[in-house]
Amino acid sequence: MSEALLTQLVGLGAGAVLLTAVLVLWLRELAVVIRVFAAQGVALAGLVAVLAVHEGSGELAVVAVGVLVLRAGLLPHLLRRALSAAEGERRVTRPLVNVAASLLAAAVLTLLALAVSQPLVALAPSPVTAAIPVGMAVVLIGFFVLVTRRRALSQLTGFLLMDNGITAVGFLTGAGVALIVELGVFLDVLLAVLVLGVLTGRMRDVFGRTDLDELRELHD
Amino acid sequence: MSVAGITVALVQAVVVLVGSPLLLGIMRQVRARLEGRAGAGVLQPWRDLRKLMRKQPLTPRGTTEVFRMAPLVLMATTLAVVAVVPFVTTAAVPAAGADLFVVVALLTLGAVALALAGLDTGTAFGGMGASREITILALVEPTLLVGVLALSVPVGSTDLGDIVTSTLRDPGRVITPAHVLAAVALGLAVVAETGRLPVDNPSTHLELTMVHEAMVLEYAGPDLALVELASAMRLTVFLGLWATLFAPWGIAGTTGPGAVALGVAVFAVKVTALGAGLAGAEVFLAKLRLFRTPELLAGSFVLALLAVVASFFFG
Repeated sequence: MSEALLTQLVGLGAGAVLLTAVLVLWLRELAVVIRVFAAQGVALAGLVAVLAVHEGSGELAVVAVGVLVLRAGLLPHLLRRALSAAEGERRVTRPLVNVAASLLAAAVLTLLALAVSQPLVALAPSPVTAAIPVGMAVVLIGFFVLVTRRRALSQLTGFLLMDNGITAVGFLTGAGVALIVELGVFLDVLLAVLVLGVLTGRMRDVFGRTDLDELRELHD
Repeated sequence: MSVAGITVALVQAVVVLVGSPLLLGIMRQVRARLEGRAGAGVLQPWRDLRKLMRKQPLTPRGTTEVFRMAPLVLMATTLAVVAVVPFVTTAAVPAAGADLFVVVALLTLGAVALALAGLDTGTAFGGMGASREITILALVEPTLLVGVLALSVPVGSTDLGDIVTSTLRDPGRVITPAHVLAAVALGLAVVAETGRLPVDNPSTHLELTMVHEAMVLEYAGPDLALVELASAMRLTVFLGLWATLFAPWGIAGTTGPGAVALGVAVFAVKVTALGAGLAGAEVFLAKLRLFRTPELLAGSFVLALLAVVASFFFG
């Protein structure tokens, strides 16, 4: 694969990942947010596949398939099931910060990610590592979603967004994460989502809804 | 400016002047057909303009020169932009004036003139429309300028001719993240600036929702015709600019008669396709509440900013 083509493909993949992260902040309807999240999974898998072809590594190709199955198939499916169980609850997110302000915050976070990851990129400048700031930005945006959303399911989206970002940074730094470690991380995330899904269901049974602000007060 | 340059500028001005009411007619016709109505026909905007032109000029009592000058300023700025932008050929772009910042400033000047005219009438609707228009304008402006910056970084120039020429030479650039993000951001900005759905509803006269119509409510006769024509031309110019920046194929590199004729045909096809697509999309959209508009425009600003970031990091 030529250098120019690699630059373009990595750029496109990273751009799609970042765009979907911003869309998660922008959109209100949870069903649409989950679809966007699935699209981000596809973009991330594409990015890993490009790296696999570039390095000619079969292991990375397996990981790319794993990323596709987990992040574009399984996790969105689980989220959707949790959402359909939430019948009666309002299906739109209610952020603590309004959408315009959080979009501007995303812009600031992206610039912050650029500034922070400069030394990391400078270690080994290449078209691949040039995309590290994007991964960092997705981590920061995911964290922002996590702290500014009220409902459990929206917070779960933020958590998964953050995890997508961490995965992207992991692959882009080219540290060559071992296949077994990667599989372990996949299982961990899956388990976390399953547990949080169950927790959300229990919360709804006990309190009638999943607004986490309700958990501040003690009940008998 | 050479003779060829002046000829091309005149050709562009005539094409846009004659074509923009037709574009408006096509867009209305597409909407009508999709909504199951027969529609008034593609020529209806021209018939409306002819009717208005024949009427007696009339200005409301108490209005000043600002009110009378606004349609002329709007028309003049739009024509100036039409004359310099390389819609048809890149060979005849004047050395100065085709700068993207100048183009944006000229188009904004026309909008501001109209807003001032809305205030000048002293009526409630005029003031309300002007206030809304300026609010939207102030939010669109950063997006336009930052988006322009994103496009000019890889080229190293904000000159429209240079940007188009370099994109034509390197077509792969169109699918770089910077270009795609800038295309989406500027597309939203164009929709907001031309007063289409979901920011403004171009076909309504309901006082609670209108923005552009509220400002021009006091105009009558030939003045109204001028405002309507200039607004249609602005729509054509914005769609044409978008097409020129993000799909520059078919723009001629010479000023020969054949090349210019081909360029005009391609320009007409591109703008008509964009307009029809916009009208088709509008059928499925509802107007946003005014207080939700900043969200949309903040989103487009973030996309423009990300485009700049991407253009610095992925070239």
